[in-house]
Formats: sequence, structure tokens, C-alpha cells
Amino acid sequence: MPPTVALSGGGVAGFLLVLAVILPAAGVVLSLAVGRCAERVALVLMPAGIGIALAIIAEVWRSGTPLVYLIGGWAPPLGIALRADGLSAIMLVTTALVICAVGLFARGGFSENVAGRETRKPLVFWTMLMGVWSALNAVWLGADLFNLYVALELLTFSAVPLVCLDGRAETLAAALRYLLFALVGSVLYLLGVALFYGAYGTLDIGLLASRVRPEPVVWIAAALMTAGLLAKTALFPLHLWLPPAHAGAPAAASAVLSALVVKGSFILVLRLWFDVLPGLPGVPAAQALGTLGAAAIVFGSVLALRQARLKLLIAYSTIAQIGYLFLVFPLATGAAAAGIWGSIAWTGGVYQLVSHAVAKAAMFMAAGLIGEALGHDRIAELGGIGRALPVTVFAFGLAGMSLMGLPPSGGFVAKLMLLTASVTEEQWWWAVVILLGGLLAAGYVFRVLAPALAATKTLTLQARVSRRREGAVLALAVCALLLGLLPLRPSQLLQIGRPAALVPAALVPAASAVIVR
Amino acid sequence: MNAETLYGLCAASLVGLGLFGSIVDPQPLRKILSFNLLGGGVFLLFGIIARRGAVAGMGADPVPQAMVITGIVVAFSATALAVALVLRLFEATGDATLRSDAPPRPSNDEAGP
Repeated sequence: MPPTVALSGGGVAGFLLVLAVILPAAGVVLSLAVGRCAERVALVLMPAGIGIALAIIAEVWRSGTPLVYLIGGWAPPLGIALRADGLSAIMLVTTALVICAVGLFARGGFSENVAGRETRKPLVFWTMLMGVWSALNAVWLGADLFNLYVALELLTFSAVPLVCLDGRAETLAAALRYLLFALVGSVLYLLGVALFYGAYGTLDIGLLASRVRPEPVVWIAAALMTAGLLAKTALFPLHLWLPPAHAGAPAAASAVLSALVVKGSFILVLRLWFDVLPGLPGVPAAQALGTLGAAAIVFGSVLALRQARLKLLIAYSTIAQIGYLFLVFPLATGAAAAGIWGSIAWTGGVYQLVSHAVAKAAMFMAAGLIGEALGHDRIAELGGIGRALPVTVFAFGLAGMSLMGLPPSGGFVAKLMLLTASVTEEQWWWAVVILLGGLLAAGYVFRVLAPALAATKTLTLQARVSRRREGAVLALAVCALLLGLLPLRPSQLLQIGRPAALVPAALVPAASAVIVR
Repeated sequence: MNAETLYGLCAASLVGLGLFGSIVDPQPLRKILSFNLLGGGVFLLFGIIARRGAVAGMGADPVPQAMVITGIVVAFSATALAVALVLRLFEATGDATLRSDAPPRPSNDEAGP
């Protein structure tokens, strides 16, 4: 990265990036210090976090250039930079939105005293939620491969305790399996980092991009890093850990894990292939990633159709929806990379990232409310819940629309963009998979809605569900719907900070036209 | 064969052994040990890279050495967390293995907030 760019962004606005990472981290430390008030600390920090994320996106949009902060004033390669491009800014806002909705949903939960005894559950939940938030922000903003490794590990260490919050044997086993997958994944990533440093003497993404050449060490490093990250993202066939982990966690934790945590490692795959290796011909690799994504869509959806439990169904649907993200690789690299359709595929992929995050969080929380009210989550016995909890089931349906890709929803815009890109780029086989995935998603969503809306006997609910929590779920589901109002064209914001080779001439933001990375 | 190549081959075999163990062995504790072996191989590789990148007058390039220290801290905490989970699992079930034939299912009483 040329120093002129770095210096221009290092002012007050650059400090926002530090705040985005440090504020939730301070929340973790403070929560450990004050113990019982952890929930209050988290709830106070949430509006601040939203404010910071919005300020960053506004600043990136206004200036048209990535926001950069050099830690300690040291420029790469010696120092480490935090960098917010269009993608980071969008992810920061999505994260803040989902975390706040989850916070609103979980407020007052976890504090039930078991037989008069206080449990550590609320403290663990709120501190780990802050930990996940801080780590995610560090992942979105990292511009140095080793720094990203540390952020990724923080993310795993914060996410694993969320899986086994209730301490049942099944969830402990799920958490352990998740941790073992994640550890091997991150050590493979670290091995790739070592090879990159050994070959080029830097780990700054911008500098590395200008130095890499197509040679064996790059392919080996990239393959190791990608394989490690895929294990963490739970792409088929490395998805085995995900369903028990995400289905076994409490609903609020599942929402964060499924909506956000798996996206952290996915963004690193994106950064690796689009930011570090943009100029290299990676067509076979991109096709291979796309094929795995397509297999994940079909496999995940079919398994979701066969589940008897609501939360497991939603967890398998996450595997399918992650598959869509990987269709970006064949559609936005290679010959199509610098074309307008490549940019449309890129935009569609990021919209899918955001709309799935919002919809899946809403869906898991709705499932949590249903499970709490009924005392179980067997799909076959959901009869009449639509009458008992109309708002929750409505929110579930709205989120389901986004997963299916029905208009007008965020999922529709995302999937339509990927679909048209694949048809126009004459890679029609991806279009077949996208359509098939939509049909299967419709199948598994209706499998839940059909019994839920059936007019059977009146239910006796085991627990009352508060309006506030239903409201939080509905608000998130409506957000998933509103994302469908996004324009169906490549987003200008998403082009900010992308390597110049990947931005079509028509989309170069005026202010950043001078910057050559 | 010079020292760097020798250590490089050492690192490669550690990585290979660790990867094999962590994939093939079903025992969680052995998986954790394999992960540490794998990590050891990666740290050794960082050491070689530091040595190879040394500028005149210095023994080694300090940047990879700094990364190794961070990596060791991370691997240590990861191991501690994993062992703690294995212990909790043993307390809860009297058994510290992960059986993959019976997929765990969510409990009847949804323990949500």
C-alpha cells in the first residue's frame, strides 16, 4: 500500500477502526471485573458499537477510499495496518445489527437461578458475545495475514464456549469437535502464512499482492490456507462439526454462530483469493471451490429436508446457504474478473453474506422462542403454534423467504445476481444448482410452516414469550426483507478498496481512481 | 545437506505426522497432542525462515520469531481450552471419546434464554 494513502486515512476517522475492535474487547475485560453486571455492560456497548459501524461506513462512502489506521504509526511491512474497505464496512454494520438484535433477544435470559443457585451462564454468554464481536471486527479490518490469524483464533475461542453454555454432554462433545476442527484449520492457515512470509518477506495484504508471482510456493500456501479456512467455514465435506454445534447451543448463541462466526473464516478466503492473489490465474481452484459450494447447496438442503428437529433443520440449512457464498469464486474470477458481470457476481455474493446473516439469526431466534414455548422442537408436533405465537411464526416465514430467494427479500436479490451472472458468463451449471437450492429451501421452510399454520387443537404453552423478544426477532426478519430493496446492480460501495484489476472501469469511484494498489 | 534443509525436512515430517494423527486418531486427547505436534512443525518452519532471512550482523530475522511467540501463546491457550473440554466431557459422561455414529441431538427441554 503506498504510504500516501496510508497517511491520508490515519486521522480521527482512522481511530474509529481501533474503537470498533477495542470497545467490545474492553467490554470483555470490564465484564470479567464486574461479574454480575456483564449484561448491563454489553447492552450499554451495543448502541455505541452500532454508532461506530455506521460512522465507518459513512466515512468510507464519503471518501470513496478505504479507511486505514497504522497501529503505532508504523507503516507496513514493519507495522500492522487496520483497513476498512467497502466490504469491511458492510460487514461491520451487519455484525453490529445482528449482535444488537441478539442482545435484545437475550436480555434477561440466562439468569434463571437453578435451585436457588446462581449460574455462570449469563457471565459467560455476555462476555463471549463481546469477545465474538471484537474478534469479528478484527477479522473484517485486518490487513495483515498474521494479524488475521490471531483474530481468527480469538473468534474460535469466543465461539466454542457459546456452543456448550448449558454444559450438557452432547453440547460439550459438539464444542470439542468444533474446537478440534477449528484448531487443525487454523494451524494449516498458519503454515500457509509461514510459507508466504518465507517467500516474500511480508504479510501485509497490499504489499503481498504486488509481490506474488505464479510459482509453486504460492499455490501450496494458498491451498493450505484455503483448506484450513474451509474447515472453519464448514464447507461441504468439512461440515460435520456444524449441525450438532449450532443446533445444540442456546438460540441466542446459535444465531450468532450461524449468522456471523462462520462468515469470519469465509471472508479470509475471499481476501486470500481476491485481494492477495487477484492477478494470478486461479481458474481450476475457483471451479473446485464452486463445485464444493454446489455440493454443499444440494447436500445441505436435502439433509435439512430430512431432519425431525427444527434447530437441526436450520443448522443444515446454514450448510446449504454457505454453499452459495462459494459460487462467487467461479463467477467473479478468471475471464469474468474485471467485467461488469464479475462485479455483479461479487456484489451478489456479498449480499448473500449479509442477507443470510440477518435471516438466519432471525430464524434461529424464532426457533428458540418456539422451542421455549412448546418445550420441544419436534417439527411434526408444531401444530397450532402459528395461532399461539403469530409474530414469531411470521418472522420465521419472512426469514424463510430470504433463504428461498423469494422476492422481495435480500436472498432474492443475492441469488438473482448470482443466477444472472452465471447465465451471462455461460457457466449455466451454477444456475441449475442455484434454482435447485431455492426449490429445496422452499421445501424445508414449508415443512415447518405447514404444520405450524395448521388449525389443530389449541396448544397449551409451557412458557410465556415476551413481546420484546418477539419484537427483536421480527425486526431482524423485516431487515432481511428490506434488503430486497437494494438495487440490482453492482454496488459502488463494494468496489471501494478492491484491487484495481478487479474493478470494471465503469465502476471506479471518482475519488479512488488515482490510487493504484 | 545444510542445516536449514535438514530442519526444513524435520518441520515437514512433524507437520505430516501431526496432520495424520489429528485426522486419523479418534481419541480427542491424541488429537490434541497431534495438533501440538503439527503446531511444533509450523513453529520450526518459522524458525528456519527467521534464520534464512537474517540480515548481516543479526542472527535471525526478528519478525518470524515474534510470530512464533504469538503462535505458541495461541497454541497453548487452545490446548488448555481443549483439555478443559475433554475433562468436562469426562465428568459429564465418564467417557472422553467422541463417537460419530450417533449424531448428538438437541435436548427436549430447549435450554434457550
